[in-house]
Parts: sequence; structure tokens; C-alpha cells
Amino acid sequence: MIFLFVYGFIGWTGYVSLSNWNSLVPDWSFAGVKNYLYLFHDFRFQADLRNTLVFTVLFIAAVIVLGQLLAILLDQKLRGESLFRNIFFFPMALSFVVTGVVWQWLFNPSTGVNLFLKPLGLDGKWYTDTNILFGFHWGKIEFGIPVAIIAVVVAAVWQMTGFAVAMYLAGLRAIPDEVREAARMDGATEFQLYWKIILPLLRPITVSVIIIMAHISLKIFDLIYAMTGPGANFVTDVPGVYMFETTFRGNYYANGAAIAMVMLLSVAIFIVPYLISSRKGGS
Amino acid sequence: MARSVWARPFLYALAVAMSVFFLMPVYVMVITSLKPLDEVTLADMWKLPSTIDWSSYATAFDKLAPNFWNSLLLVVPATLLSALLGALNGYVLSKWKFKGVDTLFTLILFGMFIPYQSILIPLIQFLREIGLYNTIPGLVFVHVVYGIPITTLMFRNFYAAIPDEMIESAKIDGAGFVRIFRYIMLPLSITGFVVVAIWQFTNIWNEFLFAVTITTSDKQPIMVALQNLSGSQIVQWNVQMAGALLAALPTLLVYIFLGKYFVRGLLAGSVKG
Repeated sequence: MIFLFVYGFIGWTGYVSLSNWNSLVPDWSFAGVKNYLYLFHDFRFQADLRNTLVFTVLFIAAVIVLGQLLAILLDQKLRGESLFRNIFFFPMALSFVVTGVVWQWLFNPSTGVNLFLKPLGLDGKWYTDTNILFGFHWGKIEFGIPVAIIAVVVAAVWQMTGFAVAMYLAGLRAIPDEVREAARMDGATEFQLYWKIILPLLRPITVSVIIIMAHISLKIFDLIYAMTGPGANFVTDVPGVYMFETTFRGNYYANGAAIAMVMLLSVAIFIVPYLISSRKGGS
Repeated sequence: MARSVWARPFLYALAVAMSVFFLMPVYVMVITSLKPLDEVTLADMWKLPSTIDWSSYATAFDKLAPNFWNSLLLVVPATLLSALLGALNGYVLSKWKFKGVDTLFTLILFGMFIPYQSILIPLIQFLREIGLYNTIPGLVFVHVVYGIPITTLMFRNFYAAIPDEMIESAKIDGAGFVRIFRYIMLPLSITGFVVVAIWQFTNIWNEFLFAVTITTSDKQPIMVALQNLSGSQIVQWNVQMAGALLAALPTLLVYIFLGKYFVRGLLAGSVKG
């Protein structure tokens, strides 16, 4: 059954993406790669690719850095550790839609966090900002870091960091105390201990975190849909949102299917090697 | 431990500062939801309400209650069914070794990572064909099918810890596939079921993509209704925040009371088996 619903339907979607079905009425005639060509010349899709790339890189980097920092912090045998841990973890129990709604209010351009930042001379427009940092022309779009994306990254990091903390914490707990003792005996400072010994030992976990966060970020949809939508000039648009709107609001089924196939491919690039290698290492 | 005197206070300060960052949205959510509409202005966003006003909860509840009920009707059967199927699958894949079992397992696992956009168009056509489009049972069906990979993974990892000898000796005593599952595996799986059920409950409750594409208006689960609240005319932020809190409440309660199992599920679903 899984095979029909996963692989069969992927194949079906793949076929739709090669067809002429761009209206309400299914049209199964073969169109070749027309829909893909259209996408890659499309301003909106080029913007989506840029946004996804920027979002994924910033999001993963922030989650890893913050995740390691907080996990090590929790590993210091602080009083109230379980309280702190619960505070760092709870956003994971929330829906991306809830997160989006709340952060949309927090990042409201004329209020929210800006009330704190204004005295510092910063006046962010956040997700309504259409500026692109470090921009240069690429295809039809300006490539660079859209300012508006940063707001979405903050919200996503807020929600998903707990995941990385939990994984790193499990990793830290698995490192035997003797390792630390030995390093301290050799005169290593706490900083050296973590930087030179513990962090390298956590590297396999970082690989897992990267893979898991990457597949979340490459297919992200609900957070952005609830928080910002495509944004002016598509500064916060991603393939997930484009696919939804073009397919289910615009009835361009073949184009939507093509976007979905591109998304699937981008996720598969990360997941397939990971699954194969964990099969080999695991059994 | 050789530590300078300021190290500890610094660590606490850092932990508290991070906690403030994580709790800030909750603070804003709660105070905004308790304000009357005229106090919900951009300038007063961080201030406490002058009086506690529950009216936005009443409004939000009126609007969201039917969808809340839809979500319950969806999440309970979907969680139970997907957990049961996951237990069966996990049992077969971990204890009944046959040729190609690892490849089969890997192929199933891939199903949990795919972007669901890539199966959505055929899925909707299929649901229309069998008459389940825009129904809660249709959504239950979808969540059960696409929940199988993750629940299978979790149960397989869980069962890997049960010694094979137990199964072997049961087989020698003449117990078959069903009897072993019913009388040995299931009683040992209580923790596994709790972990998987919590995980599935949270995921299905929070899910949005299937919900928004497979159901319309009065059949929609809570998350879609919440999203629609913000889409309608002028956004009443106090109602919006009250709605978000109501929508988040079930999963938050589960997390508060069963957080330990929630984190176990999270690790079980991410660390390879």
C-alpha cells in the first residue's frame, strides 16, 4: 500500500508535470519538459529558489549553533535545568501555523520587536521589507539575502531549536565522564575541553541535525503561508507556497506538479544518501 | 572543577536570557488575548492589559469550536490506527527476517521525508474517486497512510530492544505470528504506544497542508480555521491570539504532562534504527 501511495503517486505526479494539464479539466496529453522550462524562466520561481537556499542555510546554521550552545549550557548541571529544558523544548509542540500567527504580530513593522530596536537606531520593516542584501543580478531576479526572510528564519529557529538541543543533549549524555576527566587531568580548560574534544564527538549528530532540518526547510509551507505569504516581490515566497497557490488556487496542475517534483528532488539529494549510509552503519 | 568565580553567574544569566527569548511570544500571546480590542494597539503591544477581558476567548471559541471538534474527530482515530499499523509493521520488519527486509524498510522510510506536495495531486483525484474528498474520514485515511513510515520506524526501533530469544521460544512452543504479536509484543509495547501516539497526535493536530487541500469550510480542522481567522477582513489581534492559544492548547497540555515521552518520540523518529 505504501508503495502505491508513495511511489505510485510520485510517478503519477511526475507524469502530470510532463502533461498539458493547466486548467480545471485534466489534460493528459504529453507536453515534454515545457512546464519545467517555464518554471526556470519564471521570476517567481527563481525568487523561490533564492529564498529557499538563503532560508535553508541561515536556518540550519542558526539551529546548529544555538542548539549546541544551549545543549552545553544544559549540561552544566545548573539548578532548574529541567525547567530551562522545558522552556527550550516547548515550541516544538506547537504548530507552524500558531508560530506563524504569533510571530506575524511580533514582527509587525510598526511595533513588536521594533519598539526595542528603534532606540538603537534600527527601524526594521521585517517581512514587508523588499530589500535584498548583497544583491546581484541573476536570471530575472536580484540574488542575495532578502531582508524579509530573516524574520521568517527567526520564527523557524524559535520553533525548531529545541529539536537540535534534544539531540545534542542525548549526544552529550552518551559521552562517558572518563573522557572529560581525562582531558581535565591533562590540564585542558573547560573551553578547550568543549571546543577540542566534545564538539568533534558531536559531529555525527550535527550531520543528522543538518539532514532533518534541511528536509523541513526545503519543504516548508505552513509557517510562511501563515506568517507572511509570498510577500511583495515574492521576497518570502518558497516552492511550497507557490505549488499550493498555482495548483489549488490557480488550477495550473502541471506547473504545480513540476514544482512538487523539483521539491522532491531537492529533498531526495539530502535524504537518499543519508538513508543508505544509515542502513549500512546501522545493521 | 577549575572555574573562575564569574562563570556560574554568567551561565545562569545566559540561560535566563535564552528563556526570555523562548517565552516572549507566549507572553505577548497571553496578554494580547486578554485585552479588549481598543487596547490592542501597536504602541501598547508589550503592556499588560488594564483589565482582564475574556471576550476575545468567547469570540475565538465561537468561531473555532466546530473546527476544534473536527480536529478531535480526525486526530483520535488517525492516531490509534496509525499506531496499530506501525506496531504490526515494526514487528514484521524487526522480528520476521526475510530477504530484502532492509531494503524494504529503507524504501518505506523514504516515505516519511518526501514533500507531500509531490503526492497531493494524485491523492486528491484518488479521494474524489472513492468519495472521501472533503470528509473527515478521508483525512483520517490520509494521515494513517502517510503516518505508517514514521510509526513503523519508531516501533521497529522499540522492538529491536526485545530479545529475539523470546520470540524463538514462543515459536518452539507452537505460537504463530498473530499469537506472538497479541500475547508477547503488544503487552511489551505499552511505552512504545504512548510515545508513538503522542508523536502522531501532535503531528496530526498541527498538520496544515493536507488539511487545507483536502477539506473545505465546515470540514476543516482547527489549524486551517486559525489561518482563515487572520485572512478575514480586519485582523482582530486579540481574537487571533486567543484562537492561537486555543488551537495550541491540546498539544501544549500533552507536552506539559507527557513531555518526557514526547522528547523520546522525537529522538526515536530522528535517530536511525
